[in-house]
Amino acid sequence: MSANIDKNTPAKDMTIGGNIYDAGNAREFKTGDWRSIKPKYISEKCTQCGLCFPVCPDDAIPVGKDGKRTDFNYDYCKGCGVCAKVCPFKAIEMVNEE
Amino acid sequence: MGIRERLSGNEAAAIAMKQINPDVVAAFPITPSTEIPQYFSTFVSNGSVDTEFVAVESEHSAMSACVGAEAAGSRAMTATSANGLSFMWEMIYIASSLRLPIVMSLVNRAVSGPLNIHCDHSDAMGVRDSGWIMLFSENNQEAYDNLIMAHRIAENKDVLLPLMVCQDGFITSHSIENIELIEDDKVKEFVGTYKPEHYLLNDKEPMAIGPLDVQSYLFEHKYQQAQAMRNAKKVIADIAKDFEKMTGRKYSFFEEYKMEDAEIAVVCMNSTAGTAKTVVDDLRSKGVKAGLVKVRVFRPFPTEEIANALGNLKAVAIMDKADSLNGAGGALFEDVTSAMYVNQKQVPAVSYVYGIGGRDVTSNDIHEIYEYLQNVANTGEIDNPYRYVGLRV
Repeated sequence: MSANIDKNTPAKDMTIGGNIYDAGNAREFKTGDWRSIKPKYISEKCTQCGLCFPVCPDDAIPVGKDGKRTDFNYDYCKGCGVCAKVCPFKAIEMVNEE
Repeated sequence: MGIRERLSGNEAAAIAMKQINPDVVAAFPITPSTEIPQYFSTFVSNGSVDTEFVAVESEHSAMSACVGAEAAGSRAMTATSANGLSFMWEMIYIASSLRLPIVMSLVNRAVSGPLNIHCDHSDAMGVRDSGWIMLFSENNQEAYDNLIMAHRIAENKDVLLPLMVCQDGFITSHSIENIELIEDDKVKEFVGTYKPEHYLLNDKEPMAIGPLDVQSYLFEHKYQQAQAMRNAKKVIADIAKDFEKMTGRKYSFFEEYKMEDAEIAVVCMNSTAGTAKTVVDDLRSKGVKAGLVKVRVFRPFPTEEIANALGNLKAVAIMDKADSLNGAGGALFEDVTSAMYVNQKQVPAVSYVYGIGGRDVTSNDIHEIYEYLQNVANTGEIDNPYRYVGLRV
């Protein structure tokens, strides 16, 4: 298992080379705070056409079992704006990060 | 009893690799180390080893393949020289920081340019701070013996660092000398099987290796490497004891030649020690109390032991077969004098840069150094501590 380490962890409690003895650990690294602008989801305008989520490079648009998207997962969205660009219905608007 | 043979340094290294029978060898030919993978590939072709031989397209790839193989959980070896090592540079640091105990033969050659394929230690000195254990070898026998001990040092759980065995290009690598080989089965038993605790191909434990290591963590990981290098000292000494039990050949951090009552001494590495020993013998026959220290373990550097070995001298010269081009002394000179200063051993010390680009170092050259040391011992004066021998100024 991978140990949880933080900026107070002493060297003796860290794995050599920063090895992580666990799978799927990239999910634990929240990259959303790299963002300077963010997409705003306007659900009233959304027709669920399905064009936005396949282009998201970070898989930050959750899609339910019914095939319908919901609001953005801001833990991983880096604010690239590709989704807003492909949306034909102006249902995604890029706004400044506060 | 061992097997009496006569081999070149490169042949000796290749035979050691054959007996070790590593899982992977990835190498790219470069003078003067070319023969090592060349001989080894014949062992692969005729089935005398089980090794996967990866004929890569560059040294960067050679070290990359070794990194991948070692991380996967296998034992990986390579060989190179000079600019080949330069081309590996990036992966040299990856290997040590990912704590992969890869073993390499470094056949020392001048790093170009201008283009030169002959022996000096500029290649090794370039990677002296890269986190590799570095063992130096006076002759074919020591190159062979150091390789047989290498995996047990590198793979020790308190160490887990890559290791390079250095020998002098052409002078050692291409000279045929007598050698005593160890029987195959004894080598196999001594080296043992590689059983890493964590490895990529372990389906019971998925792992990530070499992840992003930001400001909060890299310092601690470098400290772990530094500690591993400190731990390596004891492991190197312990394994030398086991090796002595098997072969009768004794290895220390450095060899002290006629040092018991020495008043002046030279410190050097690799084949030059052979020449220097004959000079010491000659001086001794004339009543001069001369000695020699030949460094075998350069990384980790045996600071305290070196300081103690040299502490009672009246003058010491440290010979570097690479010029650090720093406006001061060579790398070995810096390490030796720093060790002495910290351990409060005040001995007049001079740096001698010699043998660059394969320039012969003769017994006359070394006599010249001892003569200067006698003068320093008598007068206590050093006109210039940053000296050369065999150079036309």
